[in-house]
Amino acid sequence: MMKLRYVLLTLVVTFSSLSVATDKPSTAATEVRLKRLSTELRCLVCQNSTLADSDAELAQDLRNEIRTLIDGGKTDEEVVAFLVARYGDFVTFRPPVNANTALLWFGPFIMLFIGALVLILMLKKRSAVLGAEP
Amino acid sequence: MRLKALIPFVLFIILIAFLGKGLFLNPREVPSPLVGKPAPNFTAPILGDATKTFSNADMKGKVWMLNIWASWCAACRDEHSLLLEMRKYDLPLYGMAYKDVEQDAIDVLAKMGNPYIVTATDQDGRIGIDYGVYGVPETYLIDQSGIIRYKQIGPITPMDLREKILPLLKELNS
Repeated sequence: MMKLRYVLLTLVVTFSSLSVATDKPSTAATEVRLKRLSTELRCLVCQNSTLADSDAELAQDLRNEIRTLIDGGKTDEEVVAFLVARYGDFVTFRPPVNANTALLWFGPFIMLFIGALVLILMLKKRSAVLGAEP
Repeated sequence: MRLKALIPFVLFIILIAFLGKGLFLNPREVPSPLVGKPAPNFTAPILGDATKTFSNADMKGKVWMLNIWASWCAACRDEHSLLLEMRKYDLPLYGMAYKDVEQDAIDVLAKMGNPYIVTATDQDGRIGIDYGVYGVPETYLIDQSGIIRYKQIGPITPMDLREKILPLLKELNS
């Protein structure tokens, strides 16, 4: 009885894994481009991993979609544009410089500038105080 | 002199405000680039009757709502009763069973009630990709000219309905 249960469980596990989406077969050249592209793209389900690393079903679907696009003769830029049009700049790990992301790109430099300004002002004041002493 | 001593404190409060805001942002809510754009075209078989199809083009000239859900999605159960309640508003609600086993979806609707006028099916998730779906349920409010005016990621809460969806619906219908 236990044995039968075990066999049934094994069967269930085996066949349930078969129904999960799988990566569709493709050519080596497509795979190379897919690999490069998908390490630059974010998986939206598990947000901090790339499309290449993710096992989420959506990531698999998107990889298959990218394969179809590549085989359809689309350039890398067109593939990225396809995904950005649907999921937004968030899918790219290197967000483009635009009005939305300006603060992200230039914010640190603004902070650095403010910090430097404060430092210079304080140093000037300090030397003035020190210079005034006998 | 006393005012100057307050500067670090004020900066600290501003920093805390930013961090506090960040703490309450939902990282799953990624602003959709589709809001303000035409709803992607699709023609999909209808749940339970694959001989018929439903297309977004059928809804031209009407304000309507597309709710993408699945029987395997637990969060979809959470909003189900709200969707049923929403039938009292003048807002046609259409469903899309996303990557679902047809019979499972039919069973859920039979058991919990069917809030949808029609449920289409997206078996392979291709329509979902066009709509930028990454976590069901997702809901789209589409206006008379077929433009997506609002996207809800995750279940609709009574607060979303009251503060975002209903005011927008009123504005679109006026």
